[in-house]
Amino acid sequence: MMKKLSNWFSGGGYSFVVLAAVILVVFPLALDAFRLNLVGKYLTYGFVAVGLVMLWGWGGVLSLGQGVFFGLGGYAMAMFLKLEASSPENTAIQSTPGIPDFMDWNQLTELPFWWEPFNHLPFALIAVVAVPMLLAFIIGFAMFKRRVGGVYFAIITQAVALILTVLIIGQQGYTGGVNGITDLRTMLGWDIREDGAKLVLYFVNAVLLLGVIALCRWVQVSKLGTLLLAMRDKEDRVRFSGYDVSMFKVFVFCLAAGISAIGGAMFTLQVGFMSPSFVGIVPSIEMVIFAAVGGRMSLVGAVYGALLVNFGKTYFSESFPDLWLFLMAALFIGVTMAFPNGLAGVWEKYVVPRLRGKARERQPDTPPSPPSTALPTKPAPSGDLPKGISSQSA
Amino acid sequence: MSDKNRPFNPTRRKLMFGAAALPLLSLPVSRYAFGAGPATSAVNTTGLAVTDTEVTVGQLHSATGTMAISETGSIQAEQLAIDQINAMGGVLGRTIKVIKEDGASDWPTFAEKSKKLLVNDKVATVFGCWTSASRKAVLPIFEKENGLLYYPTFYEGLEQSKNVIYTGQEATQQILAGLDWAHKTLGAKTFYLVGSDYIWPRTSMKIARKHIENVLKGKVVGEEYYPLGSTQFGSLINKIKLKKPDLVFGAVVGGSNVAWFKQLNAAGLTFKKQPMLTISVTEDEVLGIGGENVEGLYSSMKYFQSLDLPGNKKFVDAFKKAYGPKAVIGDVTESGYLGPWLWKMAVEKAGSFDVDKVVAASPGLEWNESPHGELKLDPNHHLWMRTRIGEWQKDGQAKIVFESDVIKPDPFPEGYQ
Amino acid sequence: MEYSLSDMYNIALMQGFAGLSLFAVLLLMGLGLAIIFGQMGVINMAHGEFMTIGAYTIYLFSTLTESFAPGLMNAYFPVAIVFAFFIAFAVGWLVEWGLIRHLYARPLDTLLATWGLSLGMQQIFRSTFGPKEVSPTLPDWLMGSWMPTEGVDIPINGMFVLALTILVTGGVLLALYKSRWGLRVRATVSNRTMANATGINTKKTDRVTFAIGCGIAGVAGAAFTTIGSTGPTSGSLYIVDAFLVVTFGGAASLWGTVVSAFGIAQTQSITEFFLSGSMAKVLTLLTIVTILMLRPQGLFAAKVRR
Repeated sequence: MMKKLSNWFSGGGYSFVVLAAVILVVFPLALDAFRLNLVGKYLTYGFVAVGLVMLWGWGGVLSLGQGVFFGLGGYAMAMFLKLEASSPENTAIQSTPGIPDFMDWNQLTELPFWWEPFNHLPFALIAVVAVPMLLAFIIGFAMFKRRVGGVYFAIITQAVALILTVLIIGQQGYTGGVNGITDLRTMLGWDIREDGAKLVLYFVNAVLLLGVIALCRWVQVSKLGTLLLAMRDKEDRVRFSGYDVSMFKVFVFCLAAGISAIGGAMFTLQVGFMSPSFVGIVPSIEMVIFAAVGGRMSLVGAVYGALLVNFGKTYFSESFPDLWLFLMAALFIGVTMAFPNGLAGVWEKYVVPRLRGKARERQPDTPPSPPSTALPTKPAPSGDLPKGISSQSA
Repeated sequence: MSDKNRPFNPTRRKLMFGAAALPLLSLPVSRYAFGAGPATSAVNTTGLAVTDTEVTVGQLHSATGTMAISETGSIQAEQLAIDQINAMGGVLGRTIKVIKEDGASDWPTFAEKSKKLLVNDKVATVFGCWTSASRKAVLPIFEKENGLLYYPTFYEGLEQSKNVIYTGQEATQQILAGLDWAHKTLGAKTFYLVGSDYIWPRTSMKIARKHIENVLKGKVVGEEYYPLGSTQFGSLINKIKLKKPDLVFGAVVGGSNVAWFKQLNAAGLTFKKQPMLTISVTEDEVLGIGGENVEGLYSSMKYFQSLDLPGNKKFVDAFKKAYGPKAVIGDVTESGYLGPWLWKMAVEKAGSFDVDKVVAASPGLEWNESPHGELKLDPNHHLWMRTRIGEWQKDGQAKIVFESDVIKPDPFPEGYQ
Repeated sequence: MEYSLSDMYNIALMQGFAGLSLFAVLLLMGLGLAIIFGQMGVINMAHGEFMTIGAYTIYLFSTLTESFAPGLMNAYFPVAIVFAFFIAFAVGWLVEWGLIRHLYARPLDTLLATWGLSLGMQQIFRSTFGPKEVSPTLPDWLMGSWMPTEGVDIPINGMFVLALTILVTGGVLLALYKSRWGLRVRATVSNRTMANATGINTKKTDRVTFAIGCGIAGVAGAAFTTIGSTGPTSGSLYIVDAFLVVTFGGAASLWGTVVSAFGIAQTQSITEFFLSGSMAKVLTLLTIVTILMLRPQGLFAAKVRR
């Protein structure tokens, strides 16, 4: 355990501390309430990006449907909040008071049975993580057991995202349709719309995110993480060594799903609504881009990626309304072409060696992106990689 | 069903304002010259972005993404109205400065940008949003920050907020008069309802169905919703051919609209053979669909570019001067144009930019020479207006075949929910 | 309601054609992708935008013809389709040279780069042609329907798309299995190093292949102006369906794409007839995903270079 802890710090722990300082101290001090709330929203995408680092960077599995899990987590939270906001007093003008407004508009006269449990916060909180993980398990189990991978998996997850979007929009009496679940007000009587509440939620969100990163880091340095990397690079060898490769993939897919879902729930709390526009294909691809920009091998980098892309979106669209899409396009193309390992890769390649004053050990050649044929003894060059991992993974 | 012929109920007539009884106003004229308005401290007690010479307002529409196709017209019309107001001396002696934000067809972005406009920029009012989803996303923010939104689209109703002025028609205004007309003039008894799959078409069809079944004593022989963006309607067209309804009542939107009409036409279902009334086709849509594909189709709207009214002539001329002779103006574009004018009237009536005072001054505002004729702002924040039926011609313009009385807005129609 | 027997017969006939017409549309949009994605392994998220290039080409030709040679309105369409192919082909060539060729080793990264590309292309369309939808004036012979007997209307544009699809598919199959280019492509797909060793210029093959895929997308976009909308974001309506068709068929097999387009089209048009549009879509997608889970490599599995 102690060895792992020291691994943890020697292998990029400092960047974790820096990130913690930035989001816990610098942002709250430097930004006004409105901008801080925006950052809080961006950080919820950071959850998805962190999940993708585990799934894509370490597991070698690219999912283009992470929006599904983000959305399911968000919806589970939103259902609870909506029920609380739909007390009979608040909804007195409806023909059926006490049910959410969109149900009333769609002639529902009582709460559907599967909404009932969401009256209870503990159930809702469990559902936030459990429902997406269950779905991930079903999809993952069905597909990885049959050794579906790579591009096929990516496109099937896309189809799942499409199905869920059409389903949510089509069943608007039960889901709020394309509008989503809006006008969320309180959680157990605590008004989440107030600035004070937003500040508290920001910190809860930030701490949760740091916790998730720590958890993922722990997985990475454990034997499991080593196996994940090994499997990513030479799946057959790991399989021949007697490991059930597919179950590792299922595990990491569920992990990423659960993490994304936490992000979704925090999004709902901070922004005050949830809509199918997070579930679809476009947001799911954008989420992958956060991870790619930040660096798909770096947990901390992924968070910066989510922050940077979203800052870029907000800033460009405010300052250059006619050009901002070009700038975003240039960012995506530029990062993919020039910095396959994202910001973290740039940091590792150009900044770290200088900081260390000519690295003692030569950086290994930059291999192509993770799902490549890099040898297990020479994993992707990331400062996050604990030392000694290469000897373990041989 | 408490009140069947609601909009036409004679007992309500006395509530309607008679245009003839009122002095005809031309475009509302400013009482102040530039810089000569009342002191800023007097007209702005809530810290809005108002200086001695300028007042800042926000404009929040999708300039990019799938909705840009529709929202561009609103952006242009709002800008035109603001330019005209500025040319006339502004509002309370202050020039209007616009901060434009791009909602990018993405509801969370709408929420984010509206908050930025209200909290960061302290705008006096916002003109914007197009879809219900975008409005629902920003509504809690406008209510919480006490902002003011002028919303230009015809929509499903079922909403009334202190902080929103709805300058389009709510569903009953558009639907009931249209169906009554079809029942009377076309003798329609069987109806087929078709819409895109989201709240506005579904709510509209709900109202239409109740009206058809309970008031017109007709029959709904089919009701279909297709996902937004669908481009294949072959099966639906065959179903319609099988059921042979007297009227197809449609609310298909966006890119689907184009596919829907092109395929209808190609399948031999011309509107002579199969009459069809829609509440979602304006001049803007016809531009994309092509006039030859909608010839003979009926739309139920408050405004058509071809309206022969003095207010409309001025508006169309100004719009074409600003955006080129080929520009077309649809219903929602015209609603966008109303927003800045209604705001100016309310501000000058209130003598203040404060949102509460502007809101308080809004009910009862009248404008008899608006592009679509007389209008009045009801205490429920919707407009009294006429509904017209336009028959589309090959050149992309509509011939007006029917005009209703001025109809009271009724966002929560009893018996239709 | 009572329907007469001849009514039922007519509807069945027209419904059959609706399915066929949907099949043509799906196949045409999947075909270019089948070449790029199936043969080269490149995930081209900008495929829809290449289709939009074709659509705008038609619009451009229609506008030009209308103002300069109104007498030729009946003739411009086929010429415009050919141009749609070459314009999309040229853009595809450039994109391969500037972007794609650097990413062959990283197939999933092509997805990100082409996604960025699609955003940029959409904005170019918006700046050039305006954000509103446009409507090319179609020649009269493409409008309306053909009535073989009373009560049966077969859409002419549907037949046109079907004929074009058959033509293009036949051409591609012929080229792939009978021409030198096809031989080179197949050799490169099977084993790049060996192909190189036998003297095939794989780089050039890649570029031509990618450009041809894009050109076919352009033709598809041009054909779809007869049945759909033309706007800056029209292409994005087709992209997911296109990928599903190709994946479902088994990416490496062109025949697979044909069969899968047929299967999906029939499922969708039949379910649509009995269910509402949205639920039919969900049901069709669920069926595809379920089959893909049972048969992950698609209907026609082939050895894929990974």
